[in-house]
Amino acid sequence: MSENSSVQPSLQKRRFPFRLYFEPRLEEPPRWYPVAVSLGAILFALIIGGILIKLAGGDPIRSYIHIAEASFGSVGVLSDTIVKATPILLTSLACSIAFRMRLWNIGAEGQFIMGAFGASAIVLTPVLPANTPAWIFIPVMILAGMLAGALWGLIPGLLKAFFNVNEIISSLMMNYIAIAWVNFWVFAVWTEGGFQMTRQFPKNAWLPRLLDYAKAIPLFRGLTTHLGLVLGIVAAVILWFIIYRSRWGYEIRLIGDNPRAAQYAGINITRNVVLVMMLSGALAGLGGMSEVTGVVHRLQTSPVAAGYGFTGIIVAWLAKLNPLVAILVSILFGALILAGREIQPSGVPKMIQGVILVCLIASDFLLRYRIRVVRTGEES
Amino acid sequence: METNHSNQMDLSLVEKDSLFIEMHGIVKRFPGVLANDHVDFDLRRGEIHALLGENGAGKSTLMDVLAGLYQPESGTIKVKDTVVNFSSPRDAIRAGIGMVHQHFMLVPSQTVTENILLGLDRPRFRLNLKDYDQEIADLGERFGLKVDPRAKIWQLSVGEQQRVEILKMLYRGTDILIMDEPTAVLAPQEIEDLFKTLRAMVAEGKSIVFISHKLQEVMAISDRVTVLRKGRVTAAGLSTRLTTRQELARQMVGRDVVFFLEKKPAKPGEVVLDIKEVSAENDKGLHALNGVSLNVRAGEIVGLAGVAGNGQRELAQVITGLRKCTAGKLFLHGQSITNRSALFGILRGIAHVPEDRTLVGTSPNLSVTDNIIMKKYRQSPIARSGMLNMPVATKFANQLRGDYDIVVPNVETPVRLLSGGNLQRVILAREISGQPSLLVAVQPTRGLDVGAIEGVHRLLLAQRDAGAATLLISEELEELLSLSDRVFVVYEGRIMGEVQIGGSEPSSGLIETVGLMMTGTPLEQIRQGEAERHV
Amino acid sequence: MQAIINILQAGVASGTVLLFASLGEIIAERSGVMNLGVEGMMLIGAMSAYSVAVKTGSPWLGVLVAILAAGLISQIHAYITITLHADQVVSGLALTFLGAGISLVLGEGLSKAGTVSLLASFSVPLLSQIPFLGPIFFKDQNVMVYIGYLFIPLAWYFINRTRPGMHLRAVGEYPAAADALGINVFRLRYFYVFVGGLLAGLAGATISLAVSPGWFSELTTGGQGWIAVGLVIFAQWNPVRAAVGSYTFGALRRLILDIQGPTLLLGFPNPFYYNPYWGFFLQMIPYAFTIIVLVIGSREAMRKRLGAPAALGTPYVRGERGL
Repeated sequence: MSENSSVQPSLQKRRFPFRLYFEPRLEEPPRWYPVAVSLGAILFALIIGGILIKLAGGDPIRSYIHIAEASFGSVGVLSDTIVKATPILLTSLACSIAFRMRLWNIGAEGQFIMGAFGASAIVLTPVLPANTPAWIFIPVMILAGMLAGALWGLIPGLLKAFFNVNEIISSLMMNYIAIAWVNFWVFAVWTEGGFQMTRQFPKNAWLPRLLDYAKAIPLFRGLTTHLGLVLGIVAAVILWFIIYRSRWGYEIRLIGDNPRAAQYAGINITRNVVLVMMLSGALAGLGGMSEVTGVVHRLQTSPVAAGYGFTGIIVAWLAKLNPLVAILVSILFGALILAGREIQPSGVPKMIQGVILVCLIASDFLLRYRIRVVRTGEES
Repeated sequence: METNHSNQMDLSLVEKDSLFIEMHGIVKRFPGVLANDHVDFDLRRGEIHALLGENGAGKSTLMDVLAGLYQPESGTIKVKDTVVNFSSPRDAIRAGIGMVHQHFMLVPSQTVTENILLGLDRPRFRLNLKDYDQEIADLGERFGLKVDPRAKIWQLSVGEQQRVEILKMLYRGTDILIMDEPTAVLAPQEIEDLFKTLRAMVAEGKSIVFISHKLQEVMAISDRVTVLRKGRVTAAGLSTRLTTRQELARQMVGRDVVFFLEKKPAKPGEVVLDIKEVSAENDKGLHALNGVSLNVRAGEIVGLAGVAGNGQRELAQVITGLRKCTAGKLFLHGQSITNRSALFGILRGIAHVPEDRTLVGTSPNLSVTDNIIMKKYRQSPIARSGMLNMPVATKFANQLRGDYDIVVPNVETPVRLLSGGNLQRVILAREISGQPSLLVAVQPTRGLDVGAIEGVHRLLLAQRDAGAATLLISEELEELLSLSDRVFVVYEGRIMGEVQIGGSEPSSGLIETVGLMMTGTPLEQIRQGEAERHV
Repeated sequence: MQAIINILQAGVASGTVLLFASLGEIIAERSGVMNLGVEGMMLIGAMSAYSVAVKTGSPWLGVLVAILAAGLISQIHAYITITLHADQVVSGLALTFLGAGISLVLGEGLSKAGTVSLLASFSVPLLSQIPFLGPIFFKDQNVMVYIGYLFIPLAWYFINRTRPGMHLRAVGEYPAAADALGINVFRLRYFYVFVGGLLAGLAGATISLAVSPGWFSELTTGGQGWIAVGLVIFAQWNPVRAAVGSYTFGALRRLILDIQGPTLLLGFPNPFYYNPYWGFFLQMIPYAFTIIVLVIGSREAMRKRLGAPAALGTPYVRGERGL
């Protein structure tokens, strides 16, 4: 008969002076906590990224400083950062709405590309003659881009709704198909003198840029920020209202949280899968249109298939699927991509994005669970 | 017969009536809850010792500790006078203690033999199941637990699955069997069979811990009973011969329990729900409903009795539009609702309190407000040309929160943080507040403590008195018989009969009749048998 | 006829990559953990195999490092999903980005690194003379291909006819049952995710040291990791079906290449040859085919009401009962 009535914890093999308990949280953490956790995760990710850069022979401190300078150092580079952020904002909006419903749209990249294609087709086929005034050209291109993106999202949506086909793989495959499709048109049909690009768009098919108004406002000289930013912000605001204040948004959130409860509430899941994939595709397509008419001004594969669709996934997750927060986060990532272009080794921005995402996901844990540190021997 | 006898106690050396198990001072905490508060419990050889308490009293937790699933914060466990420390269920099993859980721990896609062999060291590497099939069949014969070793679990009935669970423990040579609410899923006759099996085991020198919240069963089968309330022992090891139901009930709840609510006589009005010859399949494609006909009138509660898995779930789903029927028709106020969508029903006033409040009835990460408007969000004043009027919704939620005593810091709280009872109140508030034409309530009091159960019963009766039509589907026969005005009994998808319920307290003859119907005897046959006996 | 044999022979070779990757994912998913990071792990495998082979001159050392590196990376996903209960889909995606990113960074400059000795190819003496089948399966195939042949029955036997295999299946179908009987669900899942990683690394090494030698940054795998995940669904988590699917896919890729050559199958002049831009449409075929394969697999699962291991995708939390 032992005198000591405390039961030794089972898994304690080493004699640590304390033990960690994970217990589920019983209440919501205070408002600032998720933000702090996310920032902490990013900081941690940057440290890990730095270590990896070191391993690959680069200089992490210099790399990071360079990123900060090259993206926020002056009005000029700030404008460049915003230009880079614009397509990311739109793809992250696309991913947010889909992810809200637990529809893993990995095809934002392909939908973006098709959006660029759709907009280009208006100019290059041509659907509208070259002298059409801008106020007709631009809206038509917007429509075409969104339609093309919506179509590209519709296909995985239909497959998921009617055959329960895994949308991750199907939408991803559509990415590769989209690239091949655009390559065909760029190389075979619209090629300009054998080069790997089409001819340039007429000026009235360009999205207006700040530097267009440099005569009136000298500050705007050389700034390439274009209307796409406005499109993106407007889309973000509209999306916010849809998600949080509309009937449809309520249905989307309910389906995403508990599809069986949604069914029980009489919501048609099949229809929503299709509609949300179309909306998601349309937003990504808008991004593609904005990039091709605001920045590149011609249809060319590599600037259009530059990975914005994938970055959008990370931004959406970091913004916790909130459209307004996505605006801020996409600027951060725009900076990363812009400045990261010049960093050696060249895979660094992509790697940092991956590390950030991993750390973010891991940090979610802290929001749902509390860590209790208990000194062993204390319990008796 | 080969079994894992490695560490088994040598029964011949243990005197009858000596202590098999001693638990002393057990403390077990979960986040926010003290489940076991310095609990003592002991078990003698060759006895059936019941652990009685309402839902949430801590009985399952205490036994989970004994069975090695949890480690207590403090306290000792002694098996046959030796202090033991179980770090996993495996240790407990090796010491001869096995548990049959309330929710079976069986792998549906694997066979009986595979499930029984799971986790054992044998077979060594190659899976030669056939060698073990016969052995397991023999073991089943010995204890009256017949089951086909080669059947896959999903093919078995719930009663048969329970037999597999028991065999699983017997095969491992356990001498102490903990049964957690074993009769919840059995018909009265099957319960008798189970009791026979338990007595056979005890006759061989094994001991049983019988966890239950059902007083009659505890009195019927156990030798001693220990009562838990809110984590503490209120009565330890009482001999069942020396106590009464009333006494036990008081120990369980702490006050005198009202066994049956006062029920006003029924004033049934027009037929609200009319079901004619409805057939439907279940998820596995097998027949769940076979030509079911019944009706519910305004101002009455119609109960549907039956052992779990005889088509009740599918019937509720067909009525509420969540499942298609393959034959038959359904009418609501005379209008056809056959195979119409769930939305159709919702818009026409069909309310549904589903069986599973977390899986189906609520959305865990959405707020209380969001959950409360789940059926109303399409209509004004909450909906306004496609947009939601959140201030109105919040006001509505707060109002219901007061009316239905939902305990929550504020209505923005995500619903996953609510207790079971509060969750059920949210659902009831949502469904009942809309003045539904028809309320389909499935297992509305499952997992609730006595206070909450009483509250739900009052709500249902109030609905009925106000003229609503309610279909009450429940596995708690007492509940059904005390609340309903009429009861239909379903067995294997067919209605065995309909009985009228007179006053509040059901007679034992009524219970027996219903019990017989629950195991497949049609009403005419029962009546015939009675008539013949009276000749 | 010879052309068909050539296509099938190349198909088996290239299909071996998909075979390893899908077998690994089958094993991981059978234990209940979905690992979408296959593409990332394959890239890490391909890069490290090539890099080590270049630096040390030994392809086998490269293979060893590749499988260990990928296995290691898989444990990040395992930790996040098994211990931290994070969503398996997002974590797998993150792993893909991470793997792609790391392999890009560490593989910098690798493509210009110089010559490397590859894994050997050989013919099996008697078997290669069997008419039709011999030349396809046993003639001049890489050693990896033969290893692949062995893995198929091994995997099937392990999963279906052994005790540890039964535990694997139980953990993926109904982990609570296994847990209650003393099986360590967490440890098994960590282990099988690791095995999945090892095989993904092996697949990557097979690309860079055998089938398509070299390191071409992200283009090295060309989405095969994702195709493998799709194949797992088509295979209904059955190793033999996965093999059939993998080899068929391999043959398809070779067919697409051949179609763009000067002559078509039976010696007819190739209409595609004179119009090289049709090549873009041909490039789409493997990906479109994957979608078709997914539709077939999903419909079958719907019909037979079978499908994925029941606990796939859900983190196991012990004892979420009430009191």
